[in-house]
Amino acid sequence: MSNLVLKYTVDDQDFTRAGEASSDVKKKLKMMGVPPEAVRKVAIAMYEGEINMVIHANGGEITVEITPSQIVMVLKDNGPGIADIEQAMQAGWSTASENIRALGFGAGMGLPNMKKYSDEMDIDTVLGVGTTVTMKVNI
Amino acid sequence: MTVNELIEKSDLKPLNLADGERQISGVYNCDLMSVVMSKGFSGAAWVTIMANINAVAVASLTDMACIVLSQDAAIDEIMIEKAKAQDINVLKSEKPIFETSLEIHSLITNA
Repeated sequence: MSNLVLKYTVDDQDFTRAGEASSDVKKKLKMMGVPPEAVRKVAIAMYEGEINMVIHANGGEITVEITPSQIVMVLKDNGPGIADIEQAMQAGWSTASENIRALGFGAGMGLPNMKKYSDEMDIDTVLGVGTTVTMKVNI
Repeated sequence: MTVNELIEKSDLKPLNLADGERQISGVYNCDLMSVVMSKGFSGAAWVTIMANINAVAVASLTDMACIVLSQDAAIDEIMIEKAKAQDINVLKSEKPIFETSLEIHSLITNA
């Protein structure tokens, strides 16, 4: 059986659609009978990543590959890049604006949550070019 | 207790009733989306002041029973449209978060 590959476009600053890609993946995983705990981990990790792309990175593309043993999410943006990954990974550290914080985001928990809820996470970032985050959740 | 029964026994007003037969498993409070994503639970009645479109996405992803907007939270029409599209129950309370949560907690534990 070939792996299922899903592709999504995340629009820049479009909060009306933020979360739609994650919701769609969650729905599909549930329908496929993926264990609830793995579905929950994917939903949390991917939603945080999707929101980061909307807030910080002018949107981008998400590819989700579902294999019998794991779910691989690749979030690719053409945003400003992350200057200091170690700092960005610190819980509570955020560059989000006051407007974003007023919406309940920007608490500096996005990247830590993505790491916590994925079994494997890799960040490839180049300043001025963009960031690709790859997250894997085992089934 | 179902969302319909909660509405019947309280002063909560439905802003969008998508699935009134949904069972409520407990009450949850928080206004920070990242915390809600990781700690919100399936079947929760989420009492919050976050009356925005992102609350709907978070409630959907965490499989909550309903969002309860408390204390005169300014209702955003776009949020209600999104709730309709995503089949999320949204209720409104005029009381503050604590009083609203306590009332729901009492009703579901004594049901």
